[in-house]
Amino acid sequence: MPIWAWVVIGIVVVLLIIFVAVYNGLVRLRNQVKNAWAQIDVQLKRRHDLIPNLVETTKGYMKYERATLEAVTKARNIAVQASSAGAGERGKAEGELSSALSRLLAVVERYPDLKADQNFLALQEQLTSTENKIAFSRQFYNDSVLRYNNQTQMFPSNVVASMTGFKSGEFFEVTVPEEKEPVKVSFDQ
Amino acid sequence: MWEQIRSNQLRSVALTIVLGIVLVVIGYLLGLYFFNSPIAGLVIAALIWAILALVGYFQADSILLSMSGARKISPEDHPRLYNVVEEMKIASGLEKVPDIYIIDDPALNAFATGRDPNKASVAITSGLLQKLNRDELQGVIGHEISHIRNRDVLLMAMCSILLGTIVLLAWYGSRILFFSGMAGSRRSSGRGGGQGQAIILIVAIVFMILAPIFAQLIYFAVSRRREYLADASSALYTRNPEGLASALEKIGASTGQLKSANKATAPMYIINPFRQKGRAASDLTSTHPPISERIRILRAMAGASYTDYDEAYRQVHRASKGVVPAAGLAAAAVPIRTVKLEGEAGELNEVQRARETSDVMWRLNNYNTITCECGTKLRIPPNFKESQITCPHCGRTHQLR
Repeated sequence: MPIWAWVVIGIVVVLLIIFVAVYNGLVRLRNQVKNAWAQIDVQLKRRHDLIPNLVETTKGYMKYERATLEAVTKARNIAVQASSAGAGERGKAEGELSSALSRLLAVVERYPDLKADQNFLALQEQLTSTENKIAFSRQFYNDSVLRYNNQTQMFPSNVVASMTGFKSGEFFEVTVPEEKEPVKVSFDQ
Repeated sequence: MWEQIRSNQLRSVALTIVLGIVLVVIGYLLGLYFFNSPIAGLVIAALIWAILALVGYFQADSILLSMSGARKISPEDHPRLYNVVEEMKIASGLEKVPDIYIIDDPALNAFATGRDPNKASVAITSGLLQKLNRDELQGVIGHEISHIRNRDVLLMAMCSILLGTIVLLAWYGSRILFFSGMAGSRRSSGRGGGQGQAIILIVAIVFMILAPIFAQLIYFAVSRRREYLADASSALYTRNPEGLASALEKIGASTGQLKSANKATAPMYIINPFRQKGRAASDLTSTHPPISERIRILRAMAGASYTDYDEAYRQVHRASKGVVPAAGLAAAAVPIRTVKLEGEAGELNEVQRARETSDVMWRLNNYNTITCECGTKLRIPPNFKESQITCPHCGRTHQLR
């Protein structure tokens, strides 16, 4: 065989190796995005499960906070229904739930008996931690999506991505209406 | 953070090669002198290294944990600690929650161990656990988790084993060479070729004396660098450099030394367990950077990304060279978390945390705790045989099962 044939074969082999490596890299990133999403899902479900318990425990102490408690229950039910929806709608429902919850926890300050209840303290720790875990899993998910999207959009990996059908991922934002400002607590009843 | 791990692996390979070369040269010289065959020396050096490395690889974490008297806890024992570890596991993208241990010691320290991220542990002293609030605890655990995530534990364990082998061989080698050399020089003075051998002898002795010092300096430099990187990763995971900074401040203010630490395990801890007050700031022979400097860097960060840490590092050191490998810097801007997470209002104060921690320690020692109606806590030892006990404070009688 003439020398140029060998050169062509060599180039084809090198291109093939690069193609496989890039493809595998994309698959790895996509799996990471999927795993990160599953993490968020676990934590959101956990929060949904904790809330009926929390409402039950606080009900006995909070005689004058029916509206706050009902708002939490309602926001929770909406969020449970939105579980199967896309990231955008879901983020909105979870944001509503977050703000209803923070209103409830701000009101707790008025009930020293409740704050001393062992059951409530344990629940509050679980709830605090679940909120943090949601925040951290969202953070990790969005980092993963950013990385994955960069790979699918930047040259040369975007060539492989468009040939093999990798699509960009969607970021997950929890839109809390009044997250920017501190929660106002009014002491007039 | 993925580039971080890759550059760390490259660096560890480079470091291991350098230390490995030093070890090979020592083995070569010893073999040449004692057996007239360099191969024999190399084989001996390799054997010692292999034995230590195998023990280190498979047993280092359990030896370390049992030496420090650490007790493994379950999620129910200390929910807050467990939750914080799980939060940091999620933030760092680790696949498994590490095992969690508490060391019953009033000194303030914490460490991570385990050869790979799926078989890792974090340990924290009871003193530190009761001293830190939630944000600070998060910062410290974030630091330890990033040691696990960045594979620092294995790197430092393997390096300290190479270093240990070098020190061991050089120590015995140089002494044997020195004394047999003195004896031999008298004997061989009449023979020819004595001069060549004497030169080898001198070179060998000088090398044996310098090698361990050189190896140790490399080792310390790498260890300090890993600490900076773990601080940077902790800030990135928590999005809150102030948490770790204020934890380090509390740790730095205390002077208690950890009873169970030793020189070999020092790089694993969050701060150097042997540090003394008033020691020179940037010390070449320390496994950890000075605490005050770490705090200054964390507080100078404008955001929470590696780039921000790198800039803060350069600002504090007035240096042009940063500490984060270039590959880790290309990330997007990461803001510091300003919105407080939920539930801060219900946070325990230090007295409550101390009670909580001591409850856990009693329970781990198989003591039963009964809280009397008058508020007194009765600790029942595991070998207590009576069926009832009287509260010494109010005289109420409690039935025991």
